[in-house]
Amino acid sequence: MNVAQFLTIFISAVFLYNVILSRFLGLCSFVAISKETKPAMAMSLAVMFVTTMSSIITWFIYRFLLIPFGLTYLRTISFILVIATFVQFVEMVIRKISPPLYRFFGIYLPLITVNCAVLGVAVLNVDMFFINGRAITGSFYYSVFQGICVGLGYALAMLLMSGIRERLDLCNVPKSVKEFPLAFIIASIMSLSFMGFNGFKF
Amino acid sequence: MKNLFKEFLKGIIRENPTFVLVLGLCPTLAVSTSVINGIGMGIAATFVLLGSNVIVALIKNIIPARIRIPCFIVVIATFVTITEMTMKAYSPALNRALGIYVPLIVVNCIVLGRAEAYAQKQTVLNSLFDGLGMGVGFTLALILISGIREALGSGKILGYTLVQKFEPAFVLGMPSGALLVIGLLLGFFNILKGRRE
Repeated sequence: MNVAQFLTIFISAVFLYNVILSRFLGLCSFVAISKETKPAMAMSLAVMFVTTMSSIITWFIYRFLLIPFGLTYLRTISFILVIATFVQFVEMVIRKISPPLYRFFGIYLPLITVNCAVLGVAVLNVDMFFINGRAITGSFYYSVFQGICVGLGYALAMLLMSGIRERLDLCNVPKSVKEFPLAFIIASIMSLSFMGFNGFKF
Repeated sequence: MKNLFKEFLKGIIRENPTFVLVLGLCPTLAVSTSVINGIGMGIAATFVLLGSNVIVALIKNIIPARIRIPCFIVVIATFVTITEMTMKAYSPALNRALGIYVPLIVVNCIVLGRAEAYAQKQTVLNSLFDGLGMGVGFTLALILISGIREALGSGKILGYTLVQKFEPAFVLGMPSGALLVIGLLLGFFNILKGRRE
């Protein structure tokens, strides 16, 4: 476990392999919710929280349940069920404890269950930080950190996009590319500029 | 019989999951770097769609309405696991190329969307053809996108060189090319739809 490894995870999760612009995880919510900054912000925070928590939970499940019992092929089923349950649970807790926060997150929390980014992080963590069925040293910290960074990358892309799309409202765009198509074309240009980070060397 | 054929056909054009419903874009964009990957992904998703649609239509009267979504997810995840293990055993190269996007079929909105919007209200046979149609529509969309990207991005299709002395635009093979192609295609289909109306 060293600092350089954490830095690499940060740069690659936020910039190089940005969860939306390069890995295409969570595109549906990205296109649907990035029309205004405020909902985009709420969604990003919710995603960041859930990716972090699901990284923690799925790491424990994989390390202490699936590997010892030789059940690694049940990874997909167990991860998605745990994530879905967890999201439901968080929704109930937030509704009980803090109604304003519940209104802020609103409908976005349940949507996260089917957000590819959350399951994607869990699967990526398992692929990257477990080698031949053994956890590498510090894999727990790497997993959690990667969960946070993927959430950050999501938030970055979301905020940039919503800022651009708010201004687009004032523009006169051709009818055929309104909404979805234009959002994709803008995302493409953003992705192109993110490719500039490929030149980074450590 | 005619009715079933109609169920099959609607997924291909009128309700094409990618271009009309705009669902399940994550795998569409990520694996469409080459036609062969696109076909592999299409077949895997079609199998999952078929299986989950049939099972959901079979058990629709048993499961309580309130917990139907988790039940659907378990059914879908089972078929995804079967697909993943089969692919690992018989085609490791394809499995490596598709990477994490195979387990991610679970959260592909098309599969859950069809279970929720169609299979839980319809007969088994109808659901079977609906799943098949949607799967084929998805596969065709993948072939179209990956065909464009592979042809312009590397000058080849399925390994055959198309035009000599063609300087390929590498950007189309990269993530930003995928977003550009899907954006322009969606715009193009919007124009077609506008003409027809």
